[in-house]
Amino acid sequence: MSLADALRAVWNRLSGEIPPAETTLDTVLFFVRLPRVAAAMLVGGALAAAGAAYQGLFRNPLVSPDILGVSAGAGLGAVLGIFLSLPVLGIQLLAFVIGLGTVGLVLLVAASVRGREPVLVLVLAGVVVGALAGSVISLLKVLADPYDQLPAITFWLLGSLAAIKLEDLTTTVPVAALGLVPLALLRWRINVLSLGDEEARALGINAARLRMVVIAAATLMTASVVAIAGIIGWVGLIMPHMARMLVGPNFDRLLPAAIMLGAGYLLLVDTLARTIAAVETPIGILTAFVGAPVFLWLLARSRHGWA
Amino acid sequence: MRLEAKRLGFGYPGKPVGRDVDLAIGAGEVVCLLGPNGSGKTTLFKTLLGLLPAQGGEVSIDGRRLADLARAEVARRVAYVPQAHAAHFPYTVLDMVVMGRTAHLGPFARPGPRDHGAAMAALETLGIADLAGADYTRISGGQRQLGLIARALAQAAPLIVMDEPTASLDFGNQALVLREVRALATQGYGIVLSTHDPDHAFACGTEVALLHDGGLVAHGPPAAVLTPARLAAVYGVPVFVERLASGHTVCAPDLGARAV
Repeated sequence: MSLADALRAVWNRLSGEIPPAETTLDTVLFFVRLPRVAAAMLVGGALAAAGAAYQGLFRNPLVSPDILGVSAGAGLGAVLGIFLSLPVLGIQLLAFVIGLGTVGLVLLVAASVRGREPVLVLVLAGVVVGALAGSVISLLKVLADPYDQLPAITFWLLGSLAAIKLEDLTTTVPVAALGLVPLALLRWRINVLSLGDEEARALGINAARLRMVVIAAATLMTASVVAIAGIIGWVGLIMPHMARMLVGPNFDRLLPAAIMLGAGYLLLVDTLARTIAAVETPIGILTAFVGAPVFLWLLARSRHGWA
Repeated sequence: MRLEAKRLGFGYPGKPVGRDVDLAIGAGEVVCLLGPNGSGKTTLFKTLLGLLPAQGGEVSIDGRRLADLARAEVARRVAYVPQAHAAHFPYTVLDMVVMGRTAHLGPFARPGPRDHGAAMAALETLGIADLAGADYTRISGGQRQLGLIARALAQAAPLIVMDEPTASLDFGNQALVLREVRALATQGYGIVLSTHDPDHAFACGTEVALLHDGGLVAHGPPAAVLTPARLAAVYGVPVFVERLASGHTVCAPDLGARAV
């Protein structure tokens, strides 16, 4: 289809002029392409927003949904949902509950190990708990129906937007929005929380309560998109960094910047995933391919302070 | 406004640090808390601020128990100046100072022009308005300390608790901070600060509290509390306390006569 055809079809829809018969172009455009574009932006924006929130919350620019084990936990919940043949909403709910449980476990482990570099303990705890979730995922893969469920699980774990349907979006958008609203409303206060509990409380914030709200909101956003797109790593780590380089660390501006960068980035990478080879490349592979080197670069320059 | 501790016990559950501390800070007063390393000055301050639960006795502000006040209500009455630290994120100095406005903003509110105005006014009071746009992680320790004091001013609480505001500052910056403390007390702020240097108590204190072995061993005007005998008992070294011809009182450890 040409760009002109596509634009004409969109214009017809917007002006309320329903074509007499649904053309192939309409089907492709409104049920395959546009949902996918929307999904890429939604997933990228949500992961970046969650990552920015986690980084502010844990006062650590190296944490992200992946590193805290949220992605792995939400992934485990989603795999379990596929294994149990649940509908999308059920998969999202399981992803959220187990994702939240994973963050809780990581924080518990990190809090019980005292007298060591807290950031290191947090990251290690996330890696270990993530590995635990990974082993349960593997177990579920062994138990899954090899003809029906296993391919779905495997492809989904690689992270992909290829199977996105319009219905997926209609359930995911409200759930992701439910997570975004508190983050957006509280976004300036997250700065205060990033000073640490004691200072935040001395400045007049109920730090424990605010932190729980932010963790729940960020985890809900992560889980909602992991449930439809699988594990797409690194976006939640790298995009908040890029946003911080552009607009500075003030969460007031950082949150919208991270969302826009994340949305744009994942749309770009998804377009690459569709076109780079004859067979579609799972997007998770591409984001890791880009993200891992960038992470190493950030690590190397981290001693000079966080941009 | 008056912050009062009565028979206050402080420390951690199962690990008490001090007990039976009576202390009060009112408008225009500067209470200097002196005590050797590990005597629990920071723990006492955190208990005074309600950041740690009292392990006995109580803290009250104008007769209302601190434990009954919400964090924002406490923050509108008492500001905290922690020891200067490096922030994790490179906020600008202005961003940092504006965070002092938190207790005056609703949960979903963001600081507006009035809050930025209050923050700038605080920076100007401390003479560091030109640092407003600077990266908080890249200024000197003394500038960070002044920034934290500015944040406390922006918080507009009549009482300020300062934890070793002169620690890690050079000689000149220490004097700068002490001068500000004195100026703030003149404006009506009530200030309690901890320090390692008895000279600071003579320089700006209206009262001194001497913390040793988990309790206040003395409490009163500097000249009455800081006697050579008491300082020697608390710090474990003989100390001179001398009044200079200029009217200043200074302390020095007695290391024995030195051949010049």
